[in-house]
Amino acid sequence: MKAHLTRRYVFSASHRLHSDQLSVEENRATYGKCNNPYGHGHNYIVEITVSGPVDEQTGMVCNLVDLDSFVQGQVVGRYDHQSLNLLPEFANSVPTTENLCLSIYKIVKRGFRGAHLDKIRIEETMMNSFEYAGESSN
Amino acid sequence: MKGRVDPKSGFVVDLKQLKDVMNREVLDALDHRFLNKEVPEFLTRIPTTENIAIAIWERLQPKLRSAQLHRVRVYETPDLFVDFYGEA
Repeated sequence: MKAHLTRRYVFSASHRLHSDQLSVEENRATYGKCNNPYGHGHNYIVEITVSGPVDEQTGMVCNLVDLDSFVQGQVVGRYDHQSLNLLPEFANSVPTTENLCLSIYKIVKRGFRGAHLDKIRIEETMMNSFEYAGESSN
Repeated sequence: MKGRVDPKSGFVVDLKQLKDVMNREVLDALDHRFLNKEVPEFLTRIPTTENIAIAIWERLQPKLRSAQLHRVRVYETPDLFVDFYGEA
């Protein structure tokens, strides 16, 4: 029997929405106050959904300790209290929460072997959220 | 639950009926129970949240007539939940 497990994690980080491919005016028009020069912060809530057959012996989709330690180390540890614009993955892309979804998806997909990754969902604020489930399922 | 919106009632499912089935089949059996010892499913399966979701699906699914069971979601904590869609 296949089940889907979702775990929520929290980290705080700052970003400035600014594209080098746009002019000063275009950046302002596209991103509004999110383009202010010194950026602003969010308490990001990341939901990671994994799936797989429920192991008959353990009754689990995956070992939660393994998932937690992977995500704490590779995701929360990487982004917590950082300025996202300064990280290498955002050297050539804007650290929107859409792009953050893609980056976290890539990290988990590549590194976590305990279960199949279904999707990454990020709540940037309590009013907006983004999700990415990979290319093939879209 | 999922299904067609009934043109007369405007409902997918009669919530009162759903509540009655849920109370009778699931809550009466699980609420305030020692899952390992008092719920038959868990005499042979570990009462993980995954298995609780599956057990709830198996208890509800055959008793629901008017609409289709789409998903069972069980929150173990506010930060952890399991979804079961009846997939083999």
